[in-house]
Amino acid sequence: MHNFELVTPNSVADAVSALSGEDAQPLGGGQTLIPTMKQRLAAPATLVSMGGIAEMVGVCVDDDGVMVIGGATTHAQVAADASASYPALAALAGQIGDPAVRNRGTIGGSLANNDPAACYPAGTLGSGATIVTNAREIAADDFFQGLFETALDEGEIITSVKFPIPEAANYQKMLQPASRFALTGVFVASFAGGVRVAVTGASNEGVHRWSAAEAALSANFSADAVPEAPSADDLISDLHGTPEYRANLVKVLTGRAVAAAG
Amino acid sequence: MPKDSGIGASSKRREDIRFLTGTGNYTDDINLNGQAYVAFLRSDVAHGTLNGVDSSAAAGMPGVVRIFTGADFEGVGGLPCGWQVTDRHGQPMQEPAHPVLAQGKVRHVGDPIAAVVAETAAQARDAADAINADITELPAVVDMSAALAEGSPKVHDDLTSNLCYDWGFVEENKDAVAAAIDGAHHVTTLELVNNRLVANPMEPRVAVGDYAAHNGESTLYTTSQNPHVIRLLMGAFVLGIPEHKLRVVAPDVGGGFGSKIFHYAEEAFCTFAAKAIKRPVKWTSTRSEAFITDAHGRDHVTKIELALDAEGKFLALRTDTLANMGAYLSTFSTSVPTWLHGTLMAGNYTTPLIYVNVKAVFTNTVPVDAYRGAGRPEATFQLERVIDKAAREMGIDPVELRRRNFIQPDQFPYATPVAVEYDTGNYDATMDKALALADWDGFEARAAESAANGKWRGRGVNSYIEACGIAPSALVGQLGARAGLYESATVRVNATGGLVVMTGSHSHGQGHETAFPQVIAEMIGIDESMVEIVHGDTANTPMGMGTYGSRSIAVGGSAMVRAAEKIINKAKKIAAHLMEASDADVELANGEFTVAGTDKSVAWGDVCLAAYVPHNYPLEDIEPGLEETAFYDPANFTYPAGAYICEVEVDPGTGQVSIERFTAADDFGNVINPMIVEGQVHGGLGQGIGQALLENCVYDENGQLVSGSFMDYAMPRADDLPNFTVDHSCQTPCTHNPLGVKGCGEAGAIGSPPAVVNAVVDALQRGGKDVTHIDMPLSPSRVWSAMNS
Amino acid sequence: MTSVSMTVNGKPVSGDVEGRTLLSSFLRDGQGLTGTHVGCDTSQCGACVVHVNGQAVKSCTMFAAEAAGAEVTTIEGMANADGSLGTIQQAFQDYHGLQCGFCTPGMVMSAAALLAENPSPSEAEVRHYLEGNICRCTGYHNIVRAIMAASGQEVPAVAAE
Repeated sequence: MHNFELVTPNSVADAVSALSGEDAQPLGGGQTLIPTMKQRLAAPATLVSMGGIAEMVGVCVDDDGVMVIGGATTHAQVAADASASYPALAALAGQIGDPAVRNRGTIGGSLANNDPAACYPAGTLGSGATIVTNAREIAADDFFQGLFETALDEGEIITSVKFPIPEAANYQKMLQPASRFALTGVFVASFAGGVRVAVTGASNEGVHRWSAAEAALSANFSADAVPEAPSADDLISDLHGTPEYRANLVKVLTGRAVAAAG
Repeated sequence: MPKDSGIGASSKRREDIRFLTGTGNYTDDINLNGQAYVAFLRSDVAHGTLNGVDSSAAAGMPGVVRIFTGADFEGVGGLPCGWQVTDRHGQPMQEPAHPVLAQGKVRHVGDPIAAVVAETAAQARDAADAINADITELPAVVDMSAALAEGSPKVHDDLTSNLCYDWGFVEENKDAVAAAIDGAHHVTTLELVNNRLVANPMEPRVAVGDYAAHNGESTLYTTSQNPHVIRLLMGAFVLGIPEHKLRVVAPDVGGGFGSKIFHYAEEAFCTFAAKAIKRPVKWTSTRSEAFITDAHGRDHVTKIELALDAEGKFLALRTDTLANMGAYLSTFSTSVPTWLHGTLMAGNYTTPLIYVNVKAVFTNTVPVDAYRGAGRPEATFQLERVIDKAAREMGIDPVELRRRNFIQPDQFPYATPVAVEYDTGNYDATMDKALALADWDGFEARAAESAANGKWRGRGVNSYIEACGIAPSALVGQLGARAGLYESATVRVNATGGLVVMTGSHSHGQGHETAFPQVIAEMIGIDESMVEIVHGDTANTPMGMGTYGSRSIAVGGSAMVRAAEKIINKAKKIAAHLMEASDADVELANGEFTVAGTDKSVAWGDVCLAAYVPHNYPLEDIEPGLEETAFYDPANFTYPAGAYICEVEVDPGTGQVSIERFTAADDFGNVINPMIVEGQVHGGLGQGIGQALLENCVYDENGQLVSGSFMDYAMPRADDLPNFTVDHSCQTPCTHNPLGVKGCGEAGAIGSPPAVVNAVVDALQRGGKDVTHIDMPLSPSRVWSAMNS
Repeated sequence: MTSVSMTVNGKPVSGDVEGRTLLSSFLRDGQGLTGTHVGCDTSQCGACVVHVNGQAVKSCTMFAAEAAGAEVTTIEGMANADGSLGTIQQAFQDYHGLQCGFCTPGMVMSAAALLAENPSPSEAEVRHYLEGNICRCTGYHNIVRAIMAASGQEVPAVAAE
């Protein structure tokens, strides 16, 4: 990979300042960024590591019952520390990558990258979470803007993510057998005000909500209520699955998630 | 009681100690004084005219020592092909040049264009990226049928077409086979793809070239399964270095599976460049580079027809295969779809008439060559799939249909209609064993349990046979091999009684350092720890043809036995002298020489000492010292065989296949170390099941490799595979080698893919889906699509 | 170049690194600890797994500078104090859990992390935990048995007679 300067600030303020330089990029756990840099597909002049910013690490539930996860919290820590309060999200975190990847990869890094087959975008959108940055709060519905695109501005850092905790939720993931990303994954969350269904790995537009299923499940939260598979138009076609297959997975996994959520 | 040492004992592997403590010595662990690093600029298009290479900007970059292009290799030979195939019409195959660095054209993504040697690996990479190659892109030839069509672009402009050869076997049988098929009661036809694979040993390839100015000797450290073969090919055909001025060292090698047999451009480059710049030159492949430079495997498209009579007796078999060669002929590429494939089409059966046609095709893809099993998995897959389909069509139980056609134990030696003679075997025995171990009769209860969980359960069975112990030199010479395929060994006994065996076999995971001493220890009656194995260095081992084709114990082990027999014969003469007895009366057992009918004895160690301190010694009859070399050339191939059973569950909602049980009953003849043998079978099963369910090397229509990393090429993980039930208790020892061994390295990879596919088809049929075949890999998407088409 | 210091296998070490120097490279090239292997460039094969502050990480997907001040353990630090094989290492030999040896260091380090987290895992848990470690030789059968045995659980004999 090309060389760069590695900066390790201790505070969000210092990180923001370091990111104002030319070609500076934040470094979360690096589990996607470092392989990308090895392929010379990314060549930042400066990498600003989030790993040393203590205020960005941790999982807690605030007084309003909202789970707050620091942007630099690893998947392993979420899998462990969220399991009592939000088991579906903890289970999702525990299925990302593999144990060694989970010990480095962070929620902020995953969301900022917005890989169309990543797990966290489904959990975040499905929960109706709020992404908190050094500058503002962004609703998940506004945050994800297509393949590898988010609402983040240049130099903006995800400092935490706030998850309202649903009454019932579950994540179902069909593995892409090589990368172990989601060939398709569905996160279902049932709140007092209705059901949210978020789908990853299926669409050329990235993570998205399946509104037909949300409407049907809001009326009747049971696997039988899951509607017919969505249209295969604009779903991903690759050597691991056809659009029609992915459309089927969206339906099947939604049903299984509802059944497992109970 | 299991033995605790010698032949048949599961001795723990001594090599494990260094691998478990991080003290192994792999090629990338070797760093020489003054070493420079190389990075290659590789073609990023599949096919193009190379108009020129501008390295002026790169030349001035930090750390650059020298930049090489194709022009530097104009006076140098190309990479040779080791096997000339003669086509149906008696003509030699078309054999294009294979330059070390591209000259005039690039022919696959990854074709090396230029190489930068620099002070650090990063500087070499930085500079290689700054080289400007002027390439006019040409239409890529990717699909084999399209490559053979009239008017297709040609991969090699100087050849008449993209057809390497059109091979017919046995050509004289062609009309008789056609007649038998035309007149048969039933003909089952199947068209299938044997998916292209990437061997992917976990250690990527590495080469370190070195040159000693004081004596003009070149040394290459390389990740090879056969250092002597590399020395011969690179020295004689590419660089013109006499073998006595060239040393090739293959130290600890992290797996090969075929892909490290071949001589690669990077090996020749590092050796050449080290001499040119008078410094050691090192290249370490990345995994991404490995995907576009290591020879790939399989990639056959086949139509097979099986003719049967009303009782299910096989009457005739005909196959038509397109075999992908890639852009150049890799070292043994041409032999794989022909002599390693056509000769196995009889399988375990008495089919009297067989005709195999293979058209080998050039495409703008990475060269294709041997991968674990090499030709034999392709043969087994098509045969065992078409038998399964025939059983279903004729309403005959698939086990019964096979049994009706098995060669019977009293028919050995059995000459097949495809030019090989099986020495021994018992196919009903391994089938019986597999059925028992798999609890075949308990299947319905398990299927009911699966159904209660919403899954469809299916089972698949098949037999397999392979030709291993490669190979009789005289025979393969007639068939086009440009090398002999013997093996050699030197056994050196030290004055204090310890032995060193220098073998031409190479261990890259097979445990030779443990298993070979078990044989010597058994022969002499001493502790295994008194025997040391040396391999992998042309400077201190005799000539060797290396390790592939499950040949190490059958051929290399036999050479070692022959050398040890010479040692023992000589030692008996020394012992006879010391005991004042006749040679003929001396016996060796438990490390002691005795004279029959007397209480005279002399210890092994005393005889060895006498050989090196010949104070009281028959110098008039024999020389001092105790060191012997033997070359062993096998009389025939060996023929391991067996029966495999797979049970799967299919998730009807997602098409996901889960292997619930896998049983392998193999006949390997005699077994030296059961633990190692079982480990070899496990590994082969992992790769065979990987081919059946997961692995697929895919190019797009432009010749870009779609599955170019572990992100898209699905390697089997621990949770993709089941616990295996393996058995090797059915033993019909090989009749023509001294150990009665057959070889076990490839069996699992050969026998398992059809068992898996047969099982999945069975599960879908039981689930009410009329699916007769799905091409590998049986990914969830493919299974679901087959169910819902 | 900047200097970075850390503790490797209980010994303080330091060396000059670039920003892009990976921890795997620091260990192999800088410290001569060549037991840590690099088998891929997409963070999947796991041959490079080491422990950083007690956690398994892929050393090819972490910059050396990020390990500044950390406690790092590699395969070279896994033997007993007297040089004999540690429990997991010994189980790998006893159950033939390795062939070519290239993935083995990562396998042992991942197994150690698993058993620290879950001292008595089920077979399914072992297989699932090894998701990030690829072995091409063994079919995993004997790796799984070795790890089960290292955890003190009953495992069938290594090979049939």
